[in-house]
Amino acid sequence: MDLVETYREELRFVRKPIPRALLLLLLLALLLLPWWGPRAWLSRGSLVWLFAIGVIGQNLLIGYAGLVSFGQAGFLAVGAYTFGHLRIAGVPFPLALAAAGGAAGLVGWLVGFPSLRLKGPYLAIATLGFGTATYQIFANVEKLSGGRQGLGIPALEPLFGLSRDVYVYLVYYLIFLLFTGAAYNLVSSYVGRSLVAVRDSDIAAEAMGVNLTRTKLLAFGISSFYTGVHGALMAQYLGHLEPQSFNIAESLNFFVAVIVGGLASVEGSVMGAAFTVLVPALFGDFRWAVPVLFGAAILGVLIFEPLGLSGIWLKARLYFRMWPFR
Amino acid sequence: MGAGLLEVQHLALRFGGITALAGVDLSIAEGETLAVIGPNGSGKTSLMNCITGLYRPTAGSIRLRGESLLGLSPDAVTARGVARTFQNLRLFQHMTVLDNLLLGRHLHFRRRLVDAFVRRRGEEIRHRERCEEIIEFLDLEPWRDQRVVGCAYGVQKRVELGRALCTEPKLLLLDEPVSGLTAEEKEEVSYWIHEARGRFGVTVLLVEHDLRVAARLASRMVVMDRGEKLTEGPPAEVQKHPGVVRAYLGDQ
Repeated sequence: MDLVETYREELRFVRKPIPRALLLLLLLALLLLPWWGPRAWLSRGSLVWLFAIGVIGQNLLIGYAGLVSFGQAGFLAVGAYTFGHLRIAGVPFPLALAAAGGAAGLVGWLVGFPSLRLKGPYLAIATLGFGTATYQIFANVEKLSGGRQGLGIPALEPLFGLSRDVYVYLVYYLIFLLFTGAAYNLVSSYVGRSLVAVRDSDIAAEAMGVNLTRTKLLAFGISSFYTGVHGALMAQYLGHLEPQSFNIAESLNFFVAVIVGGLASVEGSVMGAAFTVLVPALFGDFRWAVPVLFGAAILGVLIFEPLGLSGIWLKARLYFRMWPFR
Repeated sequence: MGAGLLEVQHLALRFGGITALAGVDLSIAEGETLAVIGPNGSGKTSLMNCITGLYRPTAGSIRLRGESLLGLSPDAVTARGVARTFQNLRLFQHMTVLDNLLLGRHLHFRRRLVDAFVRRRGEEIRHRERCEEIIEFLDLEPWRDQRVVGCAYGVQKRVELGRALCTEPKLLLLDEPVSGLTAEEKEEVSYWIHEARGRFGVTVLLVEHDLRVAARLASRMVVMDRGEKLTEGPPAEVQKHPGVVRAYLGDQ
């Protein structure tokens, strides 16, 4: 029985009571992870949460708006270094985080301008140029990167008498929830609709009154805001910044996560992030095999399940909804 | 004839050495249905693309209620009350039928980014009601939540008409609305176009190859050939015009 009585009901985040209860349970279990899980999971968990934010940002751009960017590492660097310098100057964590997002968002908005003219592979190359240029700037301007010894970032002081790793885990988890929730709201709103419209047919979108310039720049701005926050959280997590962390390989990691997780899906982004963070951890001494596995995973996804992990998840849910029929 | 809703004067469009439009004059009165016919490549769609801002005409003027549309981007033209459909469907394939219609309402949304982020959905619900009206008008209920990719061609054509109506246009430009449809579907679409004039108060500019449908819907016809206006007048007269016969059937 599934009866929707009002339009408002149809727009609810999770409409049916049982999935809502299950979701709440899952979120609660993850919140309480420090009290039931092994200690080693905490730092891995924090890494997944922060990575998920960046992957969602990338997915908003590629999956929803259909704008391919290979310059994510550039936005990441802008966010991380803005955050790092502000933290060293004594700015509190939340303010520095917002500023990092804002700075990356602004740069993203500017980088978005070529997207008004370029499409597909051409845009990919333009953003790749931006990513490489940013890397070179940070690698060569010592004032920005802190020179040979890099940039040390003051650690997060735990509150409420929690130990540091528990505190960091909880803070990162809550920030992750905030950004994921906002992303869900965004993609189901008029903004998400206009992004998908631009992806599916930009001419028709424009003919229906969607301002292409504003929409594409907005997509770049929001996406790089997310990426900047990711950069800031990563900087705080590592406690130390070097330009080497922001090369092309980092941009490609986002790509792997988005493709494996599933294009145009928020939960897919989270699953993709978990995949790219947790799978290498399983390998231990066989780190060299990780890129091989990633390559194989992308091939497998493209051939067997173009919707990625989110596609598998979708089919699983459908199966249980239909059970025991079919 | 009342005041012209749309006045096109000496419109010319050239791509390098090719002349797509060579000084076309056109005027549509409020509430009228005007059909533009002509052989392939005669400049019908170019004319439409110029009006909606997709092409920048080389010379001439386009005025909607006295206001020039030249130099406006397509979304700005739509905001002034001109909506269109496309000859080869341009729908948002991966969105549902309802979302396609809601996108047609995009212009009328009070767009505030904060509302989107915090899931304030008052606007969505307000515009949903308007979309449901269109869904009911075009009998789209069974397909409301289906993705457009999976819908039959005839349904997709209807969704495109609905999406254009959702923008609440004063002037509706239809580029071959019945091409590729079955005889029965042609009847239905003709009926809807006729009804839309009364129900939504739109003025229609119709580009059509099916002369029977065009003659039935339109009160006036404009015939184009090689970027020029050949003749115009009531359908019955136009179809007997020797130039039209020559353009369509060749010399006897």
